[in-house]
Order: sequence, then structure tokens, then C-alpha cells
Amino acid sequence: MKVIVCVKQVPDTTEVRIDPVKGTLIRDGVPSILNPDDANAVEEALRLKDKNQDVHVTVVTMGPPQAEAVLRECLAMGVDEAILLSDRAFAGADTWATSNTLAAAVRKIGDYDIIYCGRQAIDGDTAQVGPQLAERLGIPQVTYVKDFKIEGNEITVHRALEDGYEVIQVKTPVLLTAIKELNKPRYMSIRGIYDAYREKEITVWSLADLGVAQDQVGLEASPTKVFRSFTPEPKGKGIMLEGNTKEQVEQLIYHLKQKHAI
Amino acid sequence: MNFQLTKEQEMVRKMVRDFAENEVKPLAAEVDETERFPMETVRKMQQYGMMGVFIPKEYGGSGGDEIAYAITVEELSRVCATTGVICSAHSSLACWPIWKYGTEEQKQKYLVPLASGQKIGAFGLTEPNAGTDAAGQQTKAVLEGDHWVLNGTKIFITNGGEADIYVVMAMTDKSKGTRGISSFIVEKGMPGFSIGKKENKMGIRGSATTELVFEDCIVPKENLLGEIGEGFKIAMSTLDGGRIGIAAQALGIAQGALDETVAYMKQREQFGRPLCKFQALQFEVADMETRVQAARLLVYNAAWKKTVGEPYGKAAAMAKLYAAETAMYVTTKAVQLHGGYGYTKDYPVERMMRDAKITEIYEGTSEVQRMVISSALFK
Repeated sequence: MKVIVCVKQVPDTTEVRIDPVKGTLIRDGVPSILNPDDANAVEEALRLKDKNQDVHVTVVTMGPPQAEAVLRECLAMGVDEAILLSDRAFAGADTWATSNTLAAAVRKIGDYDIIYCGRQAIDGDTAQVGPQLAERLGIPQVTYVKDFKIEGNEITVHRALEDGYEVIQVKTPVLLTAIKELNKPRYMSIRGIYDAYREKEITVWSLADLGVAQDQVGLEASPTKVFRSFTPEPKGKGIMLEGNTKEQVEQLIYHLKQKHAI
Repeated sequence: MNFQLTKEQEMVRKMVRDFAENEVKPLAAEVDETERFPMETVRKMQQYGMMGVFIPKEYGGSGGDEIAYAITVEELSRVCATTGVICSAHSSLACWPIWKYGTEEQKQKYLVPLASGQKIGAFGLTEPNAGTDAAGQQTKAVLEGDHWVLNGTKIFITNGGEADIYVVMAMTDKSKGTRGISSFIVEKGMPGFSIGKKENKMGIRGSATTELVFEDCIVPKENLLGEIGEGFKIAMSTLDGGRIGIAAQALGIAQGALDETVAYMKQREQFGRPLCKFQALQFEVADMETRVQAARLLVYNAAWKKTVGEPYGKAAAMAKLYAAETAMYVTTKAVQLHGGYGYTKDYPVERMMRDAKITEIYEGTSEVQRMVISSALFK
């Protein structure tokens, strides 16, 4: 069985601030990390491999040369192969252009049973790349996967909803997007770290390797226009109601009336 | 000269810090309070290759180097010194001498399970009457046919009782002095070997520190480590390397206390402003940071020398001496800067200050380190 996992290197948003004047992310000095949902996707692929050593896991990322670092992390966690899609032409891509680039890479890899993506990246929060990739490849997709079982090529997943979950059966090939409830990602191992640097290679594919036209990737192929970026105003302080249930309800009604909510 | 860590070493730090924050730190206070050996954490450390960092892959290790090992112990100790010393004693004092002095059969039988994370190791040198004067070994080993018979008692043995495999020193020929000491690999469960009293300690309270009792203990002949009479040399060279581990532990404790203090000083307000705005206190932290960085350079320097095969005895002694005294200095300041709260168990600096003290004592007291350093100058 072949599994492809799409990952992204993102700035650690717990440490990111937005430039109040320019409205852009201040990335200087902010550490880059493997996108958290993508770590869940990698973990689920590796669990398949734990059960069956014949499972081959390939990670793919599109990014600048330094995105190699997250691929090494994935190798140190135990994936078999890592591919970096890197070319100046890919820069400035929105989700449309990114999924087009990834789709070209997946076609080039060719043989696969499952594609795992993280639900969304913490820098853009769009949750679009996974679904778009499935559409471009013409394969079924299930998003928000929080539980995964496989028997033969029959896959049963739980797809998280706001107030419950759906049980969905699909066959391979399929694209799944992982959420954090799916699993707890393993750490890299120390031996894995040394192997990742000494014994494993990262394959780099440029635009020419993918055989896609230049106007189909990167900024040029991106219909998204950023109008404005801003930090949302923090919510005002809430009011804590005290007393027994009756008193609290009375106070609640009073406050709601004050605000003309009822 | 290049002070940068390699990419592998950087990634080891990232990985161990992540592990320490999520798996080790949440247990640290409880492990200290209840004197509980954190076996569940050790099992995870084994799984992730932290119990054989510098041992080559062919012997079950992770194939890393001494600097990656120092970083591992440092990062574990930054949140829990107990966990740091479990790794250090196992790696430096049990894995290393078997790797360095063991026969191929001994390596396959003992080093592989130690380094690959199935077994825990310990080291037995200290005795009630042979502490710093380690040459005064009273434990005896006598060859009887195809086995050795050991009699005697070891004390203050880190990982005692929890470990499966022990590297033990014993006198085989008293008339030869230090050249009459030999080294043995003893397995838990060998007849006549038992675990004695467990110490109730000031710090590193989750680490098991026990007596080892040998009463006509039968050890197979082939479990002699190195040559007959080579035991003292093995012990001393093992401790040279062990000092890098303890220095890294001390460094980690100091860094942990410093990090706690910086965070505390940003949020604790007195006289209407946070503590970090008082210059007298800022200067204290500046001194703490400077010493921690100096200690780190000494520790990594010693680890680097060991990695590349240069003599490292003096460098390891200086690293251990300075890092241990830095740990004591920084944790004491950390408690002071936390004020009354720092004296309570609600804040980790209280534990860190107790943990720091042992680093000035075990694997060679600070006085012994000064002897090693000065004897290198006056030889």
C-alpha cells in the first residue's frame, strides 16, 4: 500500500504577530514548525506502516528550500520518502495554485492508495488544499477525519461534525484530511533524526520536473487577492453571574433586556 | 572555530525539549514528592532512542554523538533532574564501559538490550568506606572454577533495583592496590545479588538510589569486563565520561531554573511594576544567564572532545565542576527571586534547588574535580 502525506511548514502562530501598519505577518525570528494537523496525518500514515511494513509513506511539501526541515522531521518520525516541490515559480501561490502544483506532483508519483492531508494550516486556516487536490485528481475525499479503520481496500472513517460525527465507508484511492482528534503524533526518534540526515535523501522537484505550465502555478495562477489582514479586536470582558439558578436567570434576563436582545 | 550545533544536534534538542515539556514536566513534582521512579517515562525514552544516544546503531543505539547525548540529558534535566540522571547513569556508566571494554559477546548480550531500550543499566563503585577514595574497595571477587564469587556492599547506586544490568567493581587481588580491582557485569537475579536499603534523599528523589548487596554472588567467568586488574582504570575512565552527563544534568537544572525565573519576573508585580523592571533584579538575571552560557560552552566542549577522540578528562572535570556550581548558584538565586513563593512546592524552583546540590557531589565531588584539573597542570 502506498500513502502520500501532504504537509506544510508554517510559522509557529503561537509566536506570530501581525504588523499593525502593513497588515502582514511578522515572520522574523518566528520558528517554523510542521503544521499541527499535518503531524496527525503523518502519524496516521505511520500507524498503517507500524501494522504492515509493506506500507510505503511519502511526504510531499511545496515550499522554499528551507521547508526541507519539516521533511527531515517527517523522515525522523519514520516516513520512507520525502519530496520537496521548490521553484521560484511556485512562490505566492494561493490554494488554487498550490493544489494544482501538488496534483502534478501526485500524478508524477503515480501509484497511491491513500492521500492524507492535515485539515488546514495554522497560517492560512483555509482548509481548501486537501479538498481541491482530491477534485483535481478526481478521487473521493473525506474531510475532518477523527477515526480511521481499514480492511483490505475498504476504509471506514468517522468524519467530525460540530455536534457529532458521520460514519463513512470509502474505497481507495481516497483523500482524507486529518484533525487533531485523530491521534497523538509520535515524536521523532533520535535514531530517526540521524538517519534522516545521514541515510535519507530529499527529492527536489522544480517546475520543469512537474511538467506544468508556468502560468498554472504560483502567484500568477492565484485568483485570491488579499484585501486586508488584521488582528481581530479582542472580545470585551464577560460578565459572571452569581447566585442560585433562579437569581442567575433573573440577572440574565435583566442583562439581555438591557441590551435589547429580548 | 564554529559554535554552531549540527542540524542533527539541533533537531535532537527540539525533539527532546518537546518530549520533556509534554511527557516529563507534568510528572516532575509528583515524582519528587512521592519518590517514585518514573518507569512509564523511561519506557518512552527507550522507545525514542534516548537511552542509547551515542551508542552506534549496530549495538542497538541511536548512532548519535556525545553532544547530542549531553543535549538529551540537559533538556530532560531542564524540567526534571530525576529523569536526567536516570538517562545519564544508564548511558554513561553502564552502556559506555561495556561498549568500550566489552567483548563482542558481552556487547551483543548486554549492550544491545541496554542501548536499544529493553534493559536499564547501573554502575557500582561506591562503598560505605570507599567514596572519593574509590581505591579502598572492600567488595571481593574470587574465581572459583567457571565463575566468580562476589561478596560486599555497594551504596548510593543510581538506578539501583530498577536496573537489569550492573557494571560492578570488586577487588580481585588486594596486594596489587588499584591494579587489583576488576570489573564485572552482574545481572539482576544472579544468585546472591540483592538490593538493599533505598536512600531517602534531599533531591532527585524519583531516581532510585540503593545499596547493592553481594552475598556469595555467583557471576559467570565470562562476565569479567576488561582484563583482570583493569577495573580501576575502567571505573575512572567511565567516570570521566559520566561527568559530561552530570555536567549536562547540572546545566539543564540551571537553565530550567533560569527559564522559570524569567517567566515569573515578567508577571510578578511589586510596587506597581513587574519584577523584571527592577534593575537590581535584572542584573542578578544577567549574571545567571552568563554563568549558564559559560557552563554550556564547557559542557559541549568536553562532549565535543570526547566525540572527536581527544583527551577529555580535564575538560569533563571543568565542565562538571563549573556546571554543578552554576546549578547551585542559579537555583539559589531563582528561589530568592521568587521570594516566599520560591520556598514553597507550588513553584518548581524549590525542587530545582534541592536537585542541584547532588551535582556537586556525585560522580566526583567538586573537590575531586579540582584535584583532576590541578593535577593536569602540575603533572
